[in-house]
Amino acid sequence: MITERAETKIHIEDVSYAYGDNEALRHVTLDIPARAITVLFGPAGGGKTTVLRLINRLNDLVENTTRLGKVYLGGEDIYAPGVDLPALRRRVGMVFALPLPLPGTIYENVIYGPRLAGERNAARLDEIVERSLTQAALWDEVRDRLHASAYALSGGQQQRLCIARSLALEPEVLLLDEPTSGLDPISTAKVEQSLYELKQQYTIVLVPHSIQQAGRVADYAAFFLMGELVETGPGRQMFTAPQRKQTQDYITGRFG
Amino acid sequence: MSRYRMQRLGFGLLTAMALIVVLPILAVVGIVVVRGIGAINWEFLTAMPREGMTAGGIMPAIVGTLLLTLGTALAAIPVGVGGAIYLAEYARDTWLTRAIRLAIVNLAGVPSVVYGLFGLSLFVLFLNMGTSILAGSLTLAIMTLPIIISTAEEALRAVPVEFRTVSESLGGTRWQGIRNVVLPQALPGIITGMILGLLRAAGETAPILFTVAAFYLPRLPRSPFDQTMALPYHLFVISTQVPGMPSEIQYGTALVLLALVLSLNVVATIMRRHFRKRRQW
Repeated sequence: MITERAETKIHIEDVSYAYGDNEALRHVTLDIPARAITVLFGPAGGGKTTVLRLINRLNDLVENTTRLGKVYLGGEDIYAPGVDLPALRRRVGMVFALPLPLPGTIYENVIYGPRLAGERNAARLDEIVERSLTQAALWDEVRDRLHASAYALSGGQQQRLCIARSLALEPEVLLLDEPTSGLDPISTAKVEQSLYELKQQYTIVLVPHSIQQAGRVADYAAFFLMGELVETGPGRQMFTAPQRKQTQDYITGRFG
Repeated sequence: MSRYRMQRLGFGLLTAMALIVVLPILAVVGIVVVRGIGAINWEFLTAMPREGMTAGGIMPAIVGTLLLTLGTALAAIPVGVGGAIYLAEYARDTWLTRAIRLAIVNLAGVPSVVYGLFGLSLFVLFLNMGTSILAGSLTLAIMTLPIIISTAEEALRAVPVEFRTVSESLGGTRWQGIRNVVLPQALPGIITGMILGLLRAAGETAPILFTVAAFYLPRLPRSPFDQTMALPYHLFVISTQVPGMPSEIQYGTALVLLALVLSLNVVATIMRRHFRKRRQW
């Protein structure tokens, strides 16, 4: 239980975001603490994925969007002009809802990011592969077949591979958008277990695929409804005694 | 007639239609093979023509066609594949992009003899290249561009967009994603398109008529500014301009050209099937 004021890793200040005419976020201000799991939850269309994509600027390529407000990573404004986007994305990794291995071997998938960043030393790459796969709780299962196709893995293993892939860059932040939605309960448990260990080193922001998952993993939680941030608080408190009625209604299943 | 009978009749008719499609190609290949196979021997394929081309070989025409195909490839592939990458990966929907696409569609519709005349005025006369392999290759290249661009673009678009997103989320720039993931995955389709475009260029007569083809050259071409003989034009010439030409030589020439083009076609089809099966996504 975190009692002292944790360091803020990401500060989102009064952000409003729209896709064309569709307002996805309205005046959202949110602090994400370092080395903890912050869960963004709420019904579909609430803006949770948009918040994630704001943090690594993956939405930059989408046409016809408007953004107001600022986002700070470790104190730096990530939307300042001249910010190096590839470098930002190496600091902020993202895992998507569907496992998306790149065509190639397991080994090639994990070293993709480091290789693009310029790492060529074979020994270092081997180290990176072992470290990342271990952190993603996949090393023992694939250590003997690193040069097999990534598509030969099961769904759960592929998703852990995607986590390993992001970790290979040693990011500061890991963003996960419903990472276990395609997975069976055992794989889900393995992924959640690795998150518990990862949070000691990384800042994790997670959109859960169920309320129960949110309850299991959250150190902090933020409830989003229709683009607005309704409430934030420590995980245990949010899911047992939330302060706002809307939060309470959603958690108890009054609406979804 | 019962409905069941009518269905049988319908399917029978459709099957017959499909079989009819096969007949022309069998007829073409059959006739050319039967009438031309007698002329095929080592001398035919490697010697120069003699006695007013009624005897000897067609080697300079074979070499000429290969050189022209090579020249077309060198000119059309960089522009075509580069253009396709731009259109598929970078271009946004502006009036300029739409104009480019319109231009490509129209290029595909220009009759080949018009290309010949165009090549004559621009490359042979205005740019002073003379009738040359260079002029012929450039003309053929422009003619082949639409095929190469559209098949390459299609191959690039077939690669799931998610790969690009993943590459970007791992710190890759746009170009790194294209170079490391998209392009390798699209390569089989791009290459197939290239082969299909080139084999069309190899078989065309009209564009080379005014720009490169020589009626008879006693030697092989020495430079890109030289003229050359070429199989399609050679076939036209010996079938219409030379009195007393043994028909076996005409059909033999046709057989060589057909063999060249069809075997490239088969290679392209096999490649396409092979890579589609191997594809993991």
